[in-house]
Amino acid sequence: MVPLSYYLVLSGILFACGVTGFLIKRNIITIFMSIELMLNGVNLSFVAFAAQWGKLSGQIFVFFVMVVAAAEAAVGLAIIIAVYRTRETLNVDQVNLLKL
Amino acid sequence: MLHLTIFLIFGAVCVAGAVNLLVQRHPINSALSLIVVMASLAVEYLLLGAEFVAAVQVIIYAGAIMVLFVFVIMLLNAGEEERTKGSRVAMIFGIPGMLVGSGLVAWVLLERSGTHAVEAGALPGPPKTIAWLLFHEFLLPFEVTSVLVLIAIMGAVVLAGHSDSGGPAKKEG
Repeated sequence: MVPLSYYLVLSGILFACGVTGFLIKRNIITIFMSIELMLNGVNLSFVAFAAQWGKLSGQIFVFFVMVVAAAEAAVGLAIIIAVYRTRETLNVDQVNLLKL
Repeated sequence: MLHLTIFLIFGAVCVAGAVNLLVQRHPINSALSLIVVMASLAVEYLLLGAEFVAAVQVIIYAGAIMVLFVFVIMLLNAGEEERTKGSRVAMIFGIPGMLVGSGLVAWVLLERSGTHAVEAGALPGPPKTIAWLLFHEFLLPFEVTSVLVLIAIMGAVVLAGHSDSGGPAKKEG
C-alpha cells in the first residue's frame, strides 16, 4: 500500500526538475529533454489517479501523451537540426535572431 | 511493506536520474540519465498495475524517443555546454521561494489528502482492456492521433530536409 500522495510528490519532483532544467540549461537538446521529463512527471500522476479512482481512462491518456511526445520529439529534433544547420551552434544564448 | 520499499527505491533512482540530468554538462550524459528516469518510472507503473503503460514506456519512451535524442546528439556532435551566469536576483529569491513552495505543496499532499492508499496492482491495465477502451470509447481521439503523427512525420521531413529540395533551411555564408 503506497499512499497516493507519495506518487503525487514524486511526480511533482520530476516536473520541478524538468522546469528547472528548462530554465537553467543552455543546450537546446538538454532543454528538450527537460520537456520530456515534465511529460513523464505528468504521466505518473495520470496513472496514479487512474489507479486511485479505478478508471482506466487515465492510462489511455498516458498513451495519448506518449504519442504526442513522440510526434513532438520528431518535429522538435528536426527543428534542432535546422537550427544547427543555419547557426552552427546549439547554445540557446547564441540563437537570438529570428532571421537567418 | 514490500511495495512501499520498491516504490521508495525506484523513486529515489528516478529523482537521482532527474537531478543528474540537471547536473551533467554533456548532453549525452543527460540523455542517459533520462533513460534511467524512464526505466524506473516503468517500474512505478508496474507497481500501480499498469502493465501496458509500463511496456509502452520502455518501448516508446526509453526506446524510440531516446534513440532519436541520442542519434541527434551524435549527428550534431554536441559538445559540453558552457555555463552562463544567471541573474543573481533569481538565485537569491528564486531558490528559497521554490523550496518553500514545494515544501508547502508536499506537506499539503502528504498531510491533508486523507488516508487514501493506492494498492499495488490496484487497477490492472492489461493490453486487452486498454485496446477495448481505445477502439470503442476513445476511437475518435485515436484516429485524430494518427493524423497528428502523419503531420509530425511530414513536418520533420520538411524541417530537416535538404535546403536544395525546397526546405526552409538555408545555408548561410
